[in-house]
Amino acid sequence: MSQAVADAAKKPATSDPWQQVNDVVIRIATPNGSGSQSANNALMRSIFTMGVPVSSKNLFPSNIQGLPTWFTIRANEHGWQSARNRTDLCIAMNPQTAAEDIAELQPGTMLICRESLKALVKRDDLVVYVVPFNKIVNTVCDETRLRKMVINMIYVGVVAHLLGIEFDEVEKAIHWQFAKKVKAAQLNTQAARAGYDYAVANLEAQTRFVLKRSKAAEGKILLEGNQATALGMVFGGLTFASWYPITPSSSVCEYLTGYMDKFRRDPDGKNTYVILQAEDELAAIGMVLGASWAGARSFTATSGPGISLMAEMAGLSYFAEVPAVVVDVQRMGPSTGLPTRTCQGDISKAYYLSHGDCKHILLMPGNMKECYEFAMESLELAEQFQTIVFLMTDLDLGMNKWLSDNFEYPSKPISRGKVLSAHDLSQNGTFARYKDVDGDGIPYRTVPGTDHPGAAFFTRGTGHTETAAYSEKAEAWQKNIDRLARKFDTAREKVPQPIVKNESGAEIGIIAYGSTDAAVVETRHILEHEHGVKTAYLRLRALPVGKTVQEFCGSYKKILIVEQNRDAQVAGILKSEYPELAPRFTSILHYNGLPIDADTLVAKILPQAGK
Amino acid sequence: MSSTVAAPPAKAPKTNRLGLTMKEYQGAESTLCAGCGHDAITSSIIKAFYDLGVPPHMVAKLSGIGCSSKTTNYFLNGSHGFNTVHGRMATIATGANMANRHLVNIGVSGDGDTASIGLGHFCHMVRRNVHVVYLIENNGCYGLTKGQASATADKGTVMKSGITIQSQPVDLCALAIEMGCGFVARSFSGDTQQVRTLIKAAVAHTGTAVIDIVSPCVTFNNHEGSTKSQVYARDHEEPLHEMDFIPHYENISVDYEPGTAKVVKMHDGSHITLKKLEVDYDSHDRLRALELLSHARNENLFYTGLVYFNPDIKPLDEHMNLIDEPLAQLPESRVRPSQEAFASIMKTFA
Ligand SMILES: Cc1ncc(C[n+]2csc(CCOP(=O)(O)OP(=O)(O)O)c2C)c(N)n1
Ligand code: SF4
Repeated sequence: MSQAVADAAKKPATSDPWQQVNDVVIRIATPNGSGSQSANNALMRSIFTMGVPVSSKNLFPSNIQGLPTWFTIRANEHGWQSARNRTDLCIAMNPQTAAEDIAELQPGTMLICRESLKALVKRDDLVVYVVPFNKIVNTVCDETRLRKMVINMIYVGVVAHLLGIEFDEVEKAIHWQFAKKVKAAQLNTQAARAGYDYAVANLEAQTRFVLKRSKAAEGKILLEGNQATALGMVFGGLTFASWYPITPSSSVCEYLTGYMDKFRRDPDGKNTYVILQAEDELAAIGMVLGASWAGARSFTATSGPGISLMAEMAGLSYFAEVPAVVVDVQRMGPSTGLPTRTCQGDISKAYYLSHGDCKHILLMPGNMKECYEFAMESLELAEQFQTIVFLMTDLDLGMNKWLSDNFEYPSKPISRGKVLSAHDLSQNGTFARYKDVDGDGIPYRTVPGTDHPGAAFFTRGTGHTETAAYSEKAEAWQKNIDRLARKFDTAREKVPQPIVKNESGAEIGIIAYGSTDAAVVETRHILEHEHGVKTAYLRLRALPVGKTVQEFCGSYKKILIVEQNRDAQVAGILKSEYPELAPRFTSILHYNGLPIDADTLVAKILPQAGK
Repeated sequence: MSSTVAAPPAKAPKTNRLGLTMKEYQGAESTLCAGCGHDAITSSIIKAFYDLGVPPHMVAKLSGIGCSSKTTNYFLNGSHGFNTVHGRMATIATGANMANRHLVNIGVSGDGDTASIGLGHFCHMVRRNVHVVYLIENNGCYGLTKGQASATADKGTVMKSGITIQSQPVDLCALAIEMGCGFVARSFSGDTQQVRTLIKAAVAHTGTAVIDIVSPCVTFNNHEGSTKSQVYARDHEEPLHEMDFIPHYENISVDYEPGTAKVVKMHDGSHITLKKLEVDYDSHDRLRALELLSHARNENLFYTGLVYFNPDIKPLDEHMNLIDEPLAQLPESRVRPSQEAFASIMKTFA
């Protein structure tokens, strides 16, 4: 708990010396399926359109209706977006969890609670606002069904008053939310207004947390990672997608379907793409390989259980050298695990997926922009390297809303790699499918339908020679598998390179990847400004690693590797790459299913800095 | 395929209408056991594609894993081939078909590959009506792993190992009809004329064409007591009709006594003629087909021929509302939306 909050709780001041402007964490507890999503989004958007940076975490159960959900909105002038382990304003709407929700709060927290839950507030160190939701909703409409749908909008109005959100922005946000449903927008606005009016008339003002118009979020966008990934596929020239529904990846293909339907039709109304819902993940990846082999840019999206099912085909893609892109929106495993919780637990599985000697390219976006850019890049790399490429996101990135810089229209033309046309073949004379002509391990390929007598070859997962003929010969096998290793080495400097922030004089170098970036950035700020500990930082953005990682690891005495899995998967890969540097590695691990927050990270890193 | 073939030359005794010799439809030398049924089917495929004059570069040869699946290497050297993984060729075919709808896809599978490990994908491919000629070289066993029983081994069969089959067999023809297939045939590898005709008709068909061909494994399942042995198949085969195929580029001149033959027109303009034999059979009658198959299963009868035919089932590519050009060949301008489209999407996030 911060001292500031505790002190403020003791003596609420009128001209508050502890006042926090544009820095508040709002946590809303509701039952799943109660329609709170529109209220939460409207609240978030109204803060966003005031120019204040916001982000949210939706903690939801694997359930359609009834089980508890918590939605956390963080508004922060600096743009810090990682999870927080503190709440400044709690809205307790769910009788199932209210007792626990209230018990967990730190002293001084503001609490908005329904009248019916008042009796559960057994502590006097909170700033409590009891709101008669039922009474208020009765004044808004008289249909029971509608009341249930709009009751949550009331807290949007109450919060607007308490924190100083302009009601205009709330109204605009609601209309944006309901778009063309004018009636629904009106009714919801009325509900928010009723909450706002009630608060103005009945609730004592507070001065601790204040939201003020800002320029910090100007020109930024707000979206989910799965949306960004889908967009990357649309602008990356994808033509074939196949998928099998699984949380948290389903919305990648659902968003994709929406975009493709709108933007990928020919003038005569015909589609320039196919999206197929497969019968399972074995089929999804099989279709992707079939389509890629026949020349289409293809991908599938899944999560851990689907990755397990795709293992055999991953080996076929690697060995027969057929492009494929697999988006893995990671969730907590093993087994069905925690389907609606986040983790980075599929890294080593994906890296080595399939039997025999297999190693794959993994792209690991750390923010919205990279979800978009790396989706495009994954399509490029898969075709340029003629192999399977994994885009490793996670539930936190994929399903939560993050603030981002605007995306840019792709500047690079699409490059389909070493594909020979009939024309190329007539010029070149001979073509040996698996020959390393350029010394980079990447051979040339042709696609079916190429009208040249020398174009055809036989693709197989069994041992083959340079000319794609079946072979069980020891030398042929080893030569081929060594070339594949060379191809993998070529990838080291061609995949998205790490982002390095060196710090002269620092002893600690942090390595992190993916969704933990937000927490690491904030952590480094806290370490430096509150504890005087300077750290260097390398954000890994892809595997395999190259020179940059090696240099970084060699430059700092202690390398802390931050991961959201139990078994230190990336650390394991780095240790096998650089055994001589392994003594410098210490893992900082977090694997309870919740996204890591800066406070937790700071607490884990301080002892490493001797504090 | 009609759009991809050239006009036939006037007369060319040793070449087909594309001017290609039979040799140009052959493949690598077979490495299967001498006398294996699969090799006979390979020959029939070569002849059928030669007869039809299909341009080899427009053919995609697809297979799973097994002795049968190896055979795609033994025909049409001039075509791309993909020997995939065990039981999943149907999914590869689906993707390949979507990527380039002009390819002639020929899938070769085994009964283990299709009826055991790949049963689910087979059903889904058929119900989607993927454009592919799907052959099952059915020997009632797993040849490549040395003769274990497959899911098409008939109940009561004593395998070479001495094991008696207790479970119901999977009838791939009945299953295909159930899944909505518009072209379902059964044949015997030794009946080369029928196999060849069926393949030609299957290539002309739009959508999935399933041909379940009993193809004896001479090494592991050719003994007495096996219903998939050469002798058993030869002695028990009962053709439903005498079948002929007249491709769209040839004039049709059939002259049968009224009531003795049926002439069926296909979508590409080809014709199938079915001349009546002992059994009074109508390939258009779905319920009759299922009844016949059920009866055959109960009585251990081996009917061959075109079991069910319906040319009017929409194939997957039409359901997908696809452009005519192969997706595989679209230029960047067709697959990357404009700057304006991009800007309009960005607006929705602001
Ligand atoms: C996932 C997997 N499991 C098992 C095998 C081993 N295997 C190879 S071929 C085969 C059976 C082939 O039988 P069938 O499809 O009937 O073809 P046949 O050899 O009889 O022509 C099996 C089980 C494999 N290749 N892959
Ligand atoms: S083992 Fe059987 S199926 Fe395989 S090649 Fe020999 S005869 Fe044919």
